[in-house]
Amino acid sequence: MSALLFDQVNKFFAHHAGQKLLRERIVEMLHPSGRERFQALKHVSFSIAPGESLGLIGHNGAGKSTILNLATGLALPDSGRIEVKGRVASLLELGAGFHPDLTGSENLRINAALSGLTRKQTSDRFEEIVEFSGVRDFIHEPLRTYSSGMMVRLAFSVAIHTDPEILLVDEVIGAGDQEFYAKCLDKIRVLQREGKTMLLASHSLALISMLCQRALWLDHGRVVQIGPAVDVVAAYESGNPAS
Amino acid sequence: MSSLVARKLESAPSPPRRWHGDLLFLIENLVLKDFRIRYRNMSLGILWSLINPLVMMGVLTFVFTRLIPTGDRPFYPLFVLCGMVPYNFFVGALLSGTTSIVDNAGLVKRVPAPREVIPVTSVLSNCVHLSIQVALLIVLSVGYRLTPTVAWLWLPVMWILYITFVCGLALGASAINVYVRDTRYVVESFNLVLFWLVPIIYDFNNISPKYAILYNYNPVAALIMAMRNILIDRHPPALTLVRNMALAATVAMGLGLLIFRRLKPRFYEHI
Repeated sequence: MSALLFDQVNKFFAHHAGQKLLRERIVEMLHPSGRERFQALKHVSFSIAPGESLGLIGHNGAGKSTILNLATGLALPDSGRIEVKGRVASLLELGAGFHPDLTGSENLRINAALSGLTRKQTSDRFEEIVEFSGVRDFIHEPLRTYSSGMMVRLAFSVAIHTDPEILLVDEVIGAGDQEFYAKCLDKIRVLQREGKTMLLASHSLALISMLCQRALWLDHGRVVQIGPAVDVVAAYESGNPAS
Repeated sequence: MSSLVARKLESAPSPPRRWHGDLLFLIENLVLKDFRIRYRNMSLGILWSLINPLVMMGVLTFVFTRLIPTGDRPFYPLFVLCGMVPYNFFVGALLSGTTSIVDNAGLVKRVPAPREVIPVTSVLSNCVHLSIQVALLIVLSVGYRLTPTVAWLWLPVMWILYITFVCGLALGASAINVYVRDTRYVVESFNLVLFWLVPIIYDFNNISPKYAILYNYNPVAALIMAMRNILIDRHPPALTLVRNMALAATVAMGLGLLIFRRLKPRFYEHI
């Protein structure tokens, strides 16, 4: 029984996905060129037990974000199976649907609705979300007056209050200041103690070692090594996968 | 394009279901968002929704009752406005609906909320604009001493069917527009032609009978004729109009949803 399962997942992206005019479509139809495809994930398999935290490490473009996007359900795998058991909160790019001309509280409600909160849940948790974000003094000001740090705080606060069972985190928490960063880490630890499952992508090996029991090392879409976080981080630092 | 769409229609994996939110709450918030963004930064605000149809009504009335007086035309301003309001809504809602998925790439790439919400919200946002224009129609009718009758109860029925019809078209067009970006230009050209193919400035009764078929299965024309039935002739809309409108709404919505559902699994890669 696992909270999140990837079984032999493959994911391709087309290289020339930019051309979408009718002309290109017709040319392609007449001369099928067998468009070059780029394989972002190659036979990726792993599973996370309920309550467990897994860290994703690897260079830029290794496929960490693709894994998180597939787990969120934004895209579908080309082959393989993905199973998700439980409510997911994605802390990928925060602040979806934020608009600079709307106030903090208006944006909060839109973001909450997008994240899957009901009307009642939004009203009930409104105070709590504002309190945690620490932007109470500006909540009725337009978002364009916010600093980028304040925006992240508000967005993170909404995401964390959606009562998720599985957290998908993509190095977003680094955007706030030190104080808020510490607050986020505390909150994540509390959620871990409550038995939430977490998938965390980060370039900070220290963060992975600190928060995750296990880690997965990705290179060019392939799983290099998966195992106890300490071992995988050490292998990644030395550049040699332990067999 | 057709082969591409056909290929997509065949290979439709079951879409993931990771979002368990409150659909109505979400649509309400997104419509409210559009409304606030559109009107907050305008000093005249909602008045702009009135100025465009009033100017068009004035110009067309001047042309067709003074410059080219074509017979006796009682209530001509109201007659023209009954044509303009449904047409304007169709053009505005369909165009913003068509581009809605591409315009909201940020949402599609970040949030697993049901994608259908985006074009539907886009059409519903135009309803704010619309309700102001319908209010203008009603004020004008009453101004002409055409006081409300029981037939007015048909107004909401016809409009709800019409909005459903436009939502269906917007669903289909928005999905196709992700794969073929020319779709919006096709829609724009179509809208231009449509202006002359619906009885806005002229009366359906003056049409040569052999072209009547162009109007019988045209929901935009059907709504215009129904509006005139209700507001000017003061009787319920012809039953064929109601039947055609209901048929159009069902078919457009069914087909739109079908196309959208089949195409949406690959939005992420193509947007």
